[in-house]
This record gives sequence, C-alpha cells and structure tokens, in this order.
Amino acid sequence: MKYDLVVIGGGPAGMAAALKAKEEGVEKIVILERDVRLGGILNQCIHTGFGLHYFKEELSGPEYAQRFAKQVAETDIDVMLDTMVIDIDDDNNVTAMNNRDGLIKIEATAIILAMGCRERPRGALFMAGTRPSGVMTAGTAQKYVNMDGYMPGKKIVILGSGDIGLIMARRMTLEGAEVKMVCEIMPYSGGLTRNIVQCLNDFNIPLYLSTTVIATHGRERLEGVTIAKVDERLNPIPGTEEYVECDTLMLSVGLIPENELTKDAGISIDRITRGAVVDELRATEKKGVFACGNVLQVHDLVDFVTLESYLAGKGAAKYIKNPAAFDDAVYVKTTTGNGVGYIVPQRVNIKTDEDVKLYFRVRQVYKNARVILEVDGETVSNKKKIKLAPGEMEDVTIPKEIIEKMTDKSEISVRVEA
Amino acid sequence: MKYDVCIIGAGVSGSLIARALSKYDMSLCLIDKENDVAMGSTKANSAIVHAGFDAVPGTYKAKLNVRGTEMMEETCKELHVEYKNNESLVIAFGETENEHLKELYERGIANGVPDMELLTGDEVRQLEPNLSEEITGALLAKTAGIVCPYKLTIAAAECAANNGCDFIRNAEVKGITVDDGLFVLDTTAGEITAEYVINAAGVHADEVASFIGDDSIEIRGRRGSYFILDKSQGNLVSRTIFQCPSEKGKGILVAPTVDGNLLLGPTSEFVDDKDLTDTTLEELRAVAELSARSVPLASSRDSITSFSGIRAYTKNGDFVIGSSKVNEKFINVAGIESPGLSAAPAIAELVDEIFANVSKNKFAIKADYDSTRKAPVRFREMTDDERRELIAKNSAYGRVICRCETVTEGEIIDAIRMKVGAVDVDGVKRRVRAGMGRCQGGFCGSKVVEILSRELNVPVNEVTKFGKGSNILFDKTKED
Repeated sequence: MKYDLVVIGGGPAGMAAALKAKEEGVEKIVILERDVRLGGILNQCIHTGFGLHYFKEELSGPEYAQRFAKQVAETDIDVMLDTMVIDIDDDNNVTAMNNRDGLIKIEATAIILAMGCRERPRGALFMAGTRPSGVMTAGTAQKYVNMDGYMPGKKIVILGSGDIGLIMARRMTLEGAEVKMVCEIMPYSGGLTRNIVQCLNDFNIPLYLSTTVIATHGRERLEGVTIAKVDERLNPIPGTEEYVECDTLMLSVGLIPENELTKDAGISIDRITRGAVVDELRATEKKGVFACGNVLQVHDLVDFVTLESYLAGKGAAKYIKNPAAFDDAVYVKTTTGNGVGYIVPQRVNIKTDEDVKLYFRVRQVYKNARVILEVDGETVSNKKKIKLAPGEMEDVTIPKEIIEKMTDKSEISVRVEA
Repeated sequence: MKYDVCIIGAGVSGSLIARALSKYDMSLCLIDKENDVAMGSTKANSAIVHAGFDAVPGTYKAKLNVRGTEMMEETCKELHVEYKNNESLVIAFGETENEHLKELYERGIANGVPDMELLTGDEVRQLEPNLSEEITGALLAKTAGIVCPYKLTIAAAECAANNGCDFIRNAEVKGITVDDGLFVLDTTAGEITAEYVINAAGVHADEVASFIGDDSIEIRGRRGSYFILDKSQGNLVSRTIFQCPSEKGKGILVAPTVDGNLLLGPTSEFVDDKDLTDTTLEELRAVAELSARSVPLASSRDSITSFSGIRAYTKNGDFVIGSSKVNEKFINVAGIESPGLSAAPAIAELVDEIFANVSKNKFAIKADYDSTRKAPVRFREMTDDERRELIAKNSAYGRVICRCETVTEGEIIDAIRMKVGAVDVDGVKRRVRAGMGRCQGGFCGSKVVEILSRELNVPVNEVTKFGKGSNILFDKTKED
C-alpha cells in the first residue's frame, strides 16, 4: 500500500492535520485510528467548553469531533479504524494491524504523528499503602461513566487539579456520587480557571492546595486515603496527615505524550514537553515526519490543537510537494528564559515566509507580569498579562519581518518579568 | 470432593509440586484461598534465580537452591516460561565488605556453586558501566538468572491441570479433621477429603499445620517493598546487582526483569498481618535511596509501580520440608522464603520423593503424563510473517488491546480460556501483561473488563480486580 500521507491518530489533531493537507492538495491520505471511531478522547468528554476560540461556540467534545469527522467523510481521505500502528521504519514505511486486514505495510511519503497522550498512573507517584480496586485515572473513570454507563465510585477523592480531575469532580457529583475533595500537591491548580469555578466552586467541592494523598487503605476495595500537607519541596509535612474515607481515588496528575512510536523511530524528544522536537511547521528531525496535538505538547484547549494540526498538515503538504526544500532549512533554536517552562516549536526555520507563533507554558503563577520576546537581544514584544498560570498555554508571535533579518547565529528567547 | 492428594497453596512451590505429582495415576487437587494461583509471596518477590552462595552449607536452603537453579532452565524450557541466565553481582563498598565477598565465595564453594569469580571495582564497572564509582569489589556468579515467578507458577499449574489436577479457587482451609484415615478439609469452597495433604500454604503454613495439631512451625511475615521502573530503564544493568547481605536478607538489589523492566528492592520489615501487602513511605524512600547507592541512575522517578510482598520467615532460618511428626501423610512445605523461587523446582523434586516414600509407591506413573506446557502466543515477540499467519488464522490476534505491551485480544482470550485461566483483571495482567506497562491499564483496563465480562458471561460490574470484593464498577448510571 502506498500513501502520500499517513496520519497516525484520528483524534482532533489527526483529523485537522489530514483535512489541511487535503486542502493543500495532497492526494492520497489515510488516517489510522486505534479506536473504533474517529474523535479520540473527545468522544468521552461529554461536557461543553470546546470550540469557544475556534468556532466561537460552546460545543461538547463529541460535537467538536463530529464537525471534523463529517468533513473527513466528505473528502476522499481514507480512514482505517480499530487499527494500531506498531512500527515506523527509517524509510517512513508504516506497519499497522487490525483484525480485518491483519498486518498492513504502508509506504508513506510523509507521516503526521497525532497519537495524543496518556495519563500518569499511580505508580509514577510516591504513594504508599495497599493496592485495592478503586484507584484509577480520571480519564479511565470518565470512560466508565460516560461511555460504558457504569459508576466507577460513590465516595470519591480526586488527586490532582488538572482539567480532567476538575471535570470529573463535577461529572461524578451530577451522577449522584459524593466528591469529597480535590487535592493538589502544588500551591496552585493545574487546570483552567473556568473549570475551577464551574466544576468545583459551583458544587461546593473543596480544593486543597499543597496537599497530596500519601497512602491508600483497604484490601479489596479502597476504603480510604491518607492526605497530608506538603512543604515547599513537596514533601509531606509530618503531623498534617488526615484520614479520608472514600471508595474511589481518581488521579489527574499529569498527561504524558504517547511517544513510544516516535522514540522507536529515532526521533529526538524534548525533555520537558516529552514530545518531538519540531520546527514552525511541526516537522520533527526525521525527514517527512511531522507531529501535532497532544503527542507534541499537552494542550489546554482543543482549539489550539486544531490550529497546531493545521500547521502540521500544511507542513506535510509542503514536504510532499517538494521534499528537497526541507534540506535547505536554516534553524534557530528557541530558548526559554526566566519563568518559561518550554517553547514549541523548539526551532524555527528562518527561511519561512510567515509569522511564527511560539506556544509556551510558565513555570509558576504570576500576577501582573510581562511576557517578553527577544530576538538577538532586542525586545520584539513586551506584553502585560494580568495572570499567567502553568495550567494555561500562552503564545507570542515573531513577525515575518523580524525573521527575515535573522541569521543562523540568531537567538530567540521568551521570558517572564514578574 | 474427594481426592487422593490435596495440595494447599498454589504458589510457586505448590504449583510445581502439583506438576510433579500430576504424573501419578491418582486424583489430585491444588487449592488456594485466593481467586488465582501465585497470589501470595509468589507474586511479589525479587524474581531472582540465585546462584546459591548465601545459605549456610548443609541446610535445605543451600542444597535446594543449588539444585533448583541447576534445574530452572530446563523447567522453564519445558513450561515455555522466559528464563534468563543474566548472572549476578554482589557488590562491596570498602574493605569490610570486600572481606565479606570472600566469605560468600568460600560459602559458595562449600555449597557446590560453580562459576564464581571475585572482581575488583574497576573490573566490575567494565562489566556494568552504570555501577557506582564507590564500589570496591564484587562477586560474580555466572549461574544466577531471572525468571518471572508468577508466570512460572501459572505455567506449572496449567501443566498440572493438563495432567488432570483440579485447581480450586477461593478455598481457604478453616479446619482439618481426620476421619477413617482421611483428612477432611473444611474450606470456604466446601469440604475436601484427601488421603494425603501437602501443606504449601506459604505464610499461613503454620496455621494450616496446627489444624492437625502440628505446632512445630512458626512463621512470621517479613514484608519487602519494591519499585518497578519503566522499560526505558531496563538496560541500566544487565546483571542482578546485590548489595552485601545482612541479617535482614540479601540486601537491596537492582535487577532487570525478564520482561525488560528494572526492579528495585526489597526492604525487610516484620509485620503482624501476613496478608496486608501495603507499602509505607519510609520503606519506599529506603528502596529509592539504597538502590541509587548501587546504580546512581536508577531512580524512583521512572517508577511505573510500587508494591510489597510478604516472605515466610521461620526462626531457625531454613525451609521446613517433610512429613509432619503428627501424621506422616501430611507433608509440610513451609518457611519458603528466599531462595524459595530458585529452589522451587528442587523442592518439587524432593516432595515427590517424600510422597513416593510415604505412599509406598502405590500410585503408578501415568503413561500419558506430559511435563511440558504448550507455549502461549506472545504476539509482541513474533516476526511479521508469524504475525500475519496468526491473524489469518484468528482475527482476534489482529486487535491490540494493551498498547504499552502490545497484547492482542486473542492472547487475552487465551489467558481466560486456558485450564487455570484468568478470572479477574489482575489474572489477565499476570498471564499476558495487559496493563503491566507504563500506563498501568489506564487505556486497556476497561477493555479487559469488557472481554472478561463477555468470556465469563457476567455483567461488567461483577468483574473484579483480584477476586471477591475487588469489583471495579458499581451500578449502571441509568436504568435500562
């Protein structure tokens, strides 16, 4: 089998990337999706709040996904569902499998990685105690309640105030469960402010900051957890332990881009984002391979996933038309300054003829701070922000006029001034 | 239920004994108080096949360890269980420990351990470049290996079942009486009558022995906590790295597993409750700190899970194997702590011998006895051609359920349908590794629940993690 473009993953990222590539004139495109339908994790996100930026409408997850799935269906983009990619070789040959066609080999000119992310499990935490049933990630719980129609718990403690944790606090409350509290080890929430207001405050669910779960209790089913305050180094403070009775502990303690395929293909990974190192077109360091969506960086809003995926789709189309053009790229790294955790893209091809938007997250909460973009020591932009928080993605733009003047020795940096 | 022989406890000893005794033309059952085999000490230990230099010469531990290690490779081959002769190193920090290595070496010679070598710090770092700079010497043991203890147990129990042994789950022995020369076991799965009983009840073997008035065994639970690191860390060392042993055990180790992860642990704490396998922050911290002393790059930050297991400690420090003084038809296999896994094949061999004596060879050996077990399908280890052929035969092998470990639906169905099949989520996990990877079942957990529900023909909310009371789901959110 031969395709111009193989898109791995049929969530919002994969669909948008494929659609953009189609629009740009790529002929043979296939989306390989491991689930039985397009849409990815959006299918289980039945709450609203999707699309406010992109569609200027408040959609549910499945509605947002459906808009793209419908567009895909209207094109000649091939979709293979229930299909798992197991290998990408040096020449961009993709091996996939499913229970209809068996093992599938696809020769691809370009590949877009759009596999999304997974949740950090309990084992990644320093949590002691027993290992009963009733300890699960918030996303797994969300699938049980929204897709399968079963209650995964009745008396619930949520650890981690990431968005999924907050959403599930409200969801479980609406389904009749008692959500006792959300604990957050950091002194601030990792979720969107609007979710704290709409999911916790509106339902009187307490959020305990600088608090973590240090142990689980119960042999067969969870019977309770011990929570404790933590110090500034995030170590539990002796004497602050408290027992909380519950039958379920939901974890919303971080998302990890699913880059096993990427790593196996020999593509460099950014230590902080845990996604591939990419340029402004979301091209990875491997020729013809692009990445977008949560497999590249964990996004706060799906709207930004869509925008990023358009870039990757456009990039892949450009590559398919003229792979040689990519050989002439001149890259300049983007550097994180004070207060900035990471920047995507990690490098910019200065031969681009467009403005380049840099997405980043700050390391801590700032109030009335300034975001400063510098190129070669000169301030390109200096914007005041009322609030900056690690839970929300920020961006700054380098105008093309500035990029035009850059050389391979140039430096791009973004920093926060408190 | 009436049997000639009943084996109490389906850990690695009990299951390998069941396999050995299943060659006789008699009725045999293997019972366990839990929902599956390998649920006690067997599922949570260091997974090491020790060379055998630790134990005091002349003890059962010494003899059976060396013999068991000798037998392990062949046993694993017959049962199609992964075994790796990855060698081990005991490392020393400073002069006193260097001296200790010499003692271990001498003891190894006395125990009949072949292929040992004393190395300098530099020599050992040549072999294992990620070892600490502080290490001053090491004892290399080339016969040491690694094996997955629960997979070995599952395979042994399956082999026994293929030879006619019944496996009875959730059968906790509450009392034993003797009636007309037969043992009558009062269990939570009903009454079981047997002429011979093998007591391989792990940490509870003392209680089981006391049911027939044998109070000679006293077992204390000793808990060990571990971390499992992600496969990305699995190559930090290729050999099992022990620190010098102390009175608490063989010291903290850093060991690769046959599945490619890295294991750190164990601690050693006496506990009152022999079934409570919890961990404490203190113990987990100790494991993290002490293992970093051997291999500085081994970090609990890469942990995918932590757990603890309880070892059966006896005061005199040796295995207790043999007919009870109260009744010779009651054979104790107790106090099987480290090196119990290494010794297990030899323990089975010894118990077979004891049984033959006690039963005066009255049971003939079956002509059709088969000591092997067919290899289960392991999709992730196949070549593309093999995979193609397999999926063509059965399309269920074309559907990947566990992404992290590349486990297909076909393999999960096999695990459920085998004789000693998985009946819960953890049972599936131990048989085929679905949920054993870096996401720890975050994605595949609900699919495994679905498959179990379908295969076992029970509603999804009756599917459990590891048996009674460990249900994963409550009621439906809405009435139908």
